[in-house]
Amino acid sequence: MSSIDMCAPENTGRQPKLIERAGVGRLIAALQQQGYRVVGPTVRDEAIIYDELASDADLPAGWTDDQQAGAYRLKRRRDQALFRYTCGPHSWKKYLHPPQATLWRAEREGGLFRILPETPRAERLALLGVRACELRALAIQEQVFAMAAHADAGYGVRLRQAFVVAVNCGQAGGTCFCVSMNSGPRARKGFDLALTEVVHAKRHYFVVEIGSERGAAILAALETRDATAEEIAAAEKTVNDAARHMGRTLDTTEIQALLYRNHEHPRWEQTGERCLSCANCTLACPTCFCSTIDDTTDLAGQRAERTRRWDSCFTADFSYIHGGSVRQSVKARYRQWLTHKLASWIEQFGSSGCVGCGRCITWCPVGIDLTEEVRAIRATKYYREPVHGDTGTRSV
Amino acid sequence: METLERVLSEHAFFAGMDPEYVHLLVGCASNVRFEAGSFIFRQGEEARDFYLIRQGKAALEMAPPNRPPMMIQTVSEGDVLGWSWLIPPHRWRFDARALELTRAFAMDGACLRQKCGEDPRLGYELLRRFSSIIAERLEATCLQLMDVYAIQS
Amino acid sequence: MPSNLEVAAPPLEAAATTMLPRLFRVQRYLQETDDTFTLELGPLDDGAPLAFAPGQFNMLYVFGVGEVPISISGDPDKPGVLVHTTRAVGTVTRVMARLRRGELIGVRGPYGTPWPVDQAEGNDVVIVAGGIGLAPLRPALYRLLAQRDRFGKVVLLYGTRTPEDILYRKELERWRARFDVDVYVTVDRAIAPWRGSVGVVTHLIPKAPFDPLSSVALICGPEIMMRFSVFELEKRGVAADRIFVSLERNMKCGVGTCGHCQFGPLFVCREGPVFAYPRVRDWLAVREL
Repeated sequence: MSSIDMCAPENTGRQPKLIERAGVGRLIAALQQQGYRVVGPTVRDEAIIYDELASDADLPAGWTDDQQAGAYRLKRRRDQALFRYTCGPHSWKKYLHPPQATLWRAEREGGLFRILPETPRAERLALLGVRACELRALAIQEQVFAMAAHADAGYGVRLRQAFVVAVNCGQAGGTCFCVSMNSGPRARKGFDLALTEVVHAKRHYFVVEIGSERGAAILAALETRDATAEEIAAAEKTVNDAARHMGRTLDTTEIQALLYRNHEHPRWEQTGERCLSCANCTLACPTCFCSTIDDTTDLAGQRAERTRRWDSCFTADFSYIHGGSVRQSVKARYRQWLTHKLASWIEQFGSSGCVGCGRCITWCPVGIDLTEEVRAIRATKYYREPVHGDTGTRSV
Repeated sequence: METLERVLSEHAFFAGMDPEYVHLLVGCASNVRFEAGSFIFRQGEEARDFYLIRQGKAALEMAPPNRPPMMIQTVSEGDVLGWSWLIPPHRWRFDARALELTRAFAMDGACLRQKCGEDPRLGYELLRRFSSIIAERLEATCLQLMDVYAIQS
Repeated sequence: MPSNLEVAAPPLEAAATTMLPRLFRVQRYLQETDDTFTLELGPLDDGAPLAFAPGQFNMLYVFGVGEVPISISGDPDKPGVLVHTTRAVGTVTRVMARLRRGELIGVRGPYGTPWPVDQAEGNDVVIVAGGIGLAPLRPALYRLLAQRDRFGKVVLLYGTRTPEDILYRKELERWRARFDVDVYVTVDRAIAPWRGSVGVVTHLIPKAPFDPLSSVALICGPEIMMRFSVFELEKRGVAADRIFVSLERNMKCGVGTCGHCQFGPLFVCREGPVFAYPRVRDWLAVREL
């Protein structure tokens, strides 16, 4: 796989623009003026997380991170780069698929009750600093919720309303493998604007690609000029460097068949013994979408409320049917998660559920690494041929 | 015996069996009839026969001292009742009771054992048929043991 | 043959259903057995009755307590009364069991795939039900009997734990009295005065009167019971793609977005609960899937 090819920009037919370092602050201000609540990276609790940005002063200037399996450390950079870090523990799904949402309320009236629909707060969001892998994650989640359009039309609406400022990666983290998943490090589509940051000793600028009319309109309000060929080349180089320095790789060749036929592989047992079933991976994962429903009442039993909140296939309750949980063992839960993410997802939604961001590796308290798991299974295939041969792959 | 042989050969147990063997086995068969409620055999008694049910319904039962007798399995037309004749010490392990008027062929165990001893091919043929009945009952017992319809606590 | 026996996609109307429960009033409460009851519901609003296909389910909401998936067990040709039979085994169903005439219940649905009743036209239809598994099959039986001429033999094989657990007794008697449907009931264990069959439901299959080569089998019950029923049907020569099973998994949303009901690549709520057996055969063999 050629990383150069990977990073070839999609021809949007628009001339890339150039903004200086100060232009980022102006971009944030312009978005705010348009009524957007701008959310993006900021340093909190020794990590780079996503939260509301008042100004560019909130951006993690001069910070980067060191990520390994089960390890995340913020580090100071020698320069004042704004986006030279890799994905932190948060992902944008917290804005589009909120961790907790009230679906409706109900009130008792006499002996009866009535249901009061909850109208979600309409909010115009601008997502600043969305990485290529995260753009893919947003598209994947949109597809998940679109499959049951009436169930959560909200996701698609929120995503389409959101103003997306992508940032092409100028470095790869120790747990990154977007190149393997063909999802990065260059943003190809799904953004209004895409920035590539170039930090030289004397210059700090951004090459800006325009992905939409909306993006063009915002940019028109800023001081920009056409980027020169040299500037574009310098920007390209940073992305190509990132592509060449992926901390991890994942061979996805025939991965569906590989995982479907290795349900009984001894590796699951071994990993199940290490896994704490803590659900960190599913919470950090930008595509994990599972949720559960809580129905509650007030103490008087007069008002009830239904909320939806993120759930995880690592909890024992997740697969509960009368009599007990289907996935009793941690091994079965880990197998479900990984097999879903990398194999059955393809059958369900037409693409892998993994974008190669590496969060599940970094944030696993015991450092379980899915790329390592797949490698181990691939190395010692324990194929159990389907008994009847005809189950399984449905073309999507 | 002409008629008995024909009727016997129509019983599901003999399906596909060499007519020569059916002819041979007729010698061990007799027609029996059990009134509703009567016992066909009792636990501990000597198992002299097995029964090919032609009509009616009978239940295999176990009777604990402090509870009503529990029906384990019922047999009806086309079924076979009993295999203790085959297995030493040839004593019934269960009670069998007719739930309604039940007609059957009683097959004399000692007679059968002798014929099987003389002709191992016949012995194999009979054993093959009984082993599938035994396997079916074992499978049914496993399923009953699973108690699949029970409320799990 | 297999191609026209695929489980059909849920009807389009189902896709338009909102996630907001619609309120229904309990019109009738029937105690079926010690732990199993039937609710007959009518919509509180003046809207259209809830049309459904045999085999589909609804999400039923009890005020403040929670929501559970329950199959519809009424007559699809009489959608004016929405009928649910369920067993009081969990928090929600235990409270549901205390609902009485006039009380309200929230309903979302119908969801899921139906039994392939129409596709079975011209064939014998063998229904194998275990325990509460008769409830989701009853609408199929209603439809088969309503359009009796379209089908060959119609056979119902029903197994329960004990005689006291038999559902829909009066109806079973009525069906048993008909000449155009064969009804066989068996129980896993019994004491006198039970004079019916004792033995597992799978034991009814070898002797049941149907033509294995032109039959469609519909099975619902505990998963173990369904697997063994399939073995017996296949032993008789019924082709795998003529066998349909209805699976149970945890469901929270009913529309394939909460993730709970996944069974291998399948969302049981959306691609099931009724599956053609070949679709789920290999997955059924995987433990803790």
